[in-house]
Amino acid sequence: MREALRLIVVAVGGQGNLLASRVLGEAAVAAGMPVRMSEIHGMAQRGGVVESSVLFGDVHSTIISDGEADVLVGFEPSETLRALKKCNSGSVVITNLGEWPPFTVAIGRGTYPDIGASLQTVRGRVRRLIAIDGTALAIRAGNAMALNMVMLGALSQARCLPFGDDLVRRTIEEKTKPAFREVNLRAFDLGYDAARDAST
Amino acid sequence: MHKLLTDSPGERMLMLGNEAIARGALEAGLAFGAAYPGTPSSEISENLFRISRETDLYFEFSTNEKIALEITAGAAVSGLRSMAVMKHVGINVAADALMTLAYVGVHGGLVILTADDPYMFSSQNEQDNRYYAKLSGLPMLEPSSGNEAKEMVKYGFDLSEELQEPVLFRTTTRINHSSDVVVLGEMRDRKVQGDFRKNPFRYVTVPAVSRNLHKLLLENYDKALALAETSPWNRVEGDGPWGIVCNGVCFSYVQDAVTDLNIQDRVRVLRLGFSHPLPERRIQEFIRGCEKVLIVEEGEPYLEEGVKAVAQEAGFTVPLRGKGAETLLSRLFEYDPAMVRRAVARYFGCGDKAVRPVETSDIPEIPQRPPNLCAGCPHRATFYSIRKVLGDDAVYPTDIGCYTLGMLPPLSMADFLICMGSSVGTAAGFSRATGKKVVSFIGDSTFFHSGLPGLVNAVHHNHNFTLVILDNGTTAMTGHQPHPGVDAELLGLAEYTRVDLESVVRGLGVRHVTVVEPLKLKKSQEAIRQAVDFEGVSVIISRELCPLYARTLPSYRKRRLFRVVPEKCKDHRACVNDLGCPAFYLEKGRVQINENVCVGCAVCAQVCPENAIVPLKSV
Repeated sequence: MREALRLIVVAVGGQGNLLASRVLGEAAVAAGMPVRMSEIHGMAQRGGVVESSVLFGDVHSTIISDGEADVLVGFEPSETLRALKKCNSGSVVITNLGEWPPFTVAIGRGTYPDIGASLQTVRGRVRRLIAIDGTALAIRAGNAMALNMVMLGALSQARCLPFGDDLVRRTIEEKTKPAFREVNLRAFDLGYDAARDAST
Repeated sequence: MHKLLTDSPGERMLMLGNEAIARGALEAGLAFGAAYPGTPSSEISENLFRISRETDLYFEFSTNEKIALEITAGAAVSGLRSMAVMKHVGINVAADALMTLAYVGVHGGLVILTADDPYMFSSQNEQDNRYYAKLSGLPMLEPSSGNEAKEMVKYGFDLSEELQEPVLFRTTTRINHSSDVVVLGEMRDRKVQGDFRKNPFRYVTVPAVSRNLHKLLLENYDKALALAETSPWNRVEGDGPWGIVCNGVCFSYVQDAVTDLNIQDRVRVLRLGFSHPLPERRIQEFIRGCEKVLIVEEGEPYLEEGVKAVAQEAGFTVPLRGKGAETLLSRLFEYDPAMVRRAVARYFGCGDKAVRPVETSDIPEIPQRPPNLCAGCPHRATFYSIRKVLGDDAVYPTDIGCYTLGMLPPLSMADFLICMGSSVGTAAGFSRATGKKVVSFIGDSTFFHSGLPGLVNAVHHNHNFTLVILDNGTTAMTGHQPHPGVDAELLGLAEYTRVDLESVVRGLGVRHVTVVEPLKLKKSQEAIRQAVDFEGVSVIISRELCPLYARTLPSYRKRRLFRVVPEKCKDHRACVNDLGCPAFYLEKGRVQINENVCVGCAVCAQVCPENAIVPLKSV
């Protein structure tokens, strides 16, 4: 497949989306497919929003304009909502439902939205919306930090990558730290199954 | 072995642009490098620093960019391939050295990397450093992708040696922080032994010498121009009556726009990668035969001015447009693919692709998620204590580092900032001009970078303010690089000499110097009271390791975490409202502490009026 596929990942700093994007990039390299990525992570360790884009196929840009993402993966539901402007009616949206309200909410400067109602509002406006409790699944897999692998599992199940889920799985095996490999793969599988259940 | 040392030519590797640049320098046989860290350039120097630990490459984090350039100039004049790495505003600091080094020249290749930051993702301005090439007369290279950056850096060293002068290598954030597939090349052997041959009439820039050197610089300009005219880095793609001139990352947006608008048979694109001196003949040939020309570049109209001047000289009347109402291209901020596509479609009058973002106006507003000082950050404790003592009446100039985040509520401890080191100089100005209490903040690394001269000046002129040096033992904001005050023993680096901050400050003649442990609020506030009451310059060194950094050290010991005792908590919320630590969250309207975020700094426990915050029983 040479046709361009534009994928955007949004997360809160510390949720591990750069590693998730890296796995997708490495999988593309292994598949011999052109890939370009971009990340904004200057404040990643300080609780800000981290956004990365992965562009597969015949495209030169490394960033994605508003309305032009084919796939949006959100590691935190309010961040998914914030990034929805990147999507159009043909986009697939995969989101974690585990909430991580910004500290501005705790100090009374902003209200955290009703996630369920908001997702219901936008559900019909994209091609598919897959919502899973990735945070709970990561903890079930053995480590809350494995949320990124849960989300990769869900993304692979949704069949919106230009390569098979076996390649993503293999890349996780090869490119993530050996100490976390088992947890990572378990998290990947849990995300995969959850996305299947969420789609039926 | 560091992955950038992989010696297997032809291998394809996914790399960050900054890694590709470091790799290119290594393939070119880089022997000597120096940097002051700064986003978006930091990964270049971080990787080269790590590689210097396992090879004979010399690499240092210098105290500032001027020194980084001077030390690499010394090495390059002695024949070593050298590189100075900095963010765009770093060139301002190094500019004094740069302007006259351009006269003197080098023998070994010297590449000066400037990483510009359109949109200011992590910078105080978005100055366009292409004008430094014009100002200094030095050649400039600008890559359009990471893979190209690797090859272009290698060429940069060759070009520098051919012209015997430094070469400016300009990137933007999207080159530094984008990844693509890079093909590894051969590693050239490093020449690490330099040789300086005395020649004062070439190297000592007294007026009589410099008058000759300026002539030489202009002759070199002509040589560089001739090279730029035929350089493969300046290339034309496609053929058609519509011309587009572009540089850097915009080239990819232009390529995608031409494909998406399906106008491949109508457009020719001139990509300028060797962009100073501007290849005038090349541009002239390109414009000849165009019906219309569009110039696409982020930042200032550098190419636009050049292209228009060339056209004027050649007597062309073809329409040329860059920024402005006709194209909607701006001098502000970063461009993106849709913006460039719209400009191309508008200007040449072809239909743009219709894209409609998802309608979101009917979902509730998403609360902002600004970056915040980390849980347990000692800066938060320092800011809290100073606000307790002085409230909002004092003026609080600040500086560049994590502590700039103290600007946001609830701390609100930043009133003025322009550049690295400015906290010290501006403090004296505010104090003299207003007669108000002034307390200014500077980090340890920033103090060594450019705080010292300001403090000497303040002592000499008997200015009246308190300087708080936030000494967290590292250069935290850019990823924990070492600086002269760092305890290198903590890092297992025996060969560095630690410059003791307190002795330096006392040595400069500051008469009131206190070192405080900021996590102990009561004692700190007492010391702050005394310091601000002192007439003259007083310095508080607020010393506590950055918790993110401390965690990476062998000496790290976990502290006891804290919890809220619900029976004692009377919901004053002093903790949340005055500290704003990210470890707090509200559950059913009551404050809780997230154990996964808390690092046990115990500051909130000292703030709570009901003593309702207590240590967890076990770690």
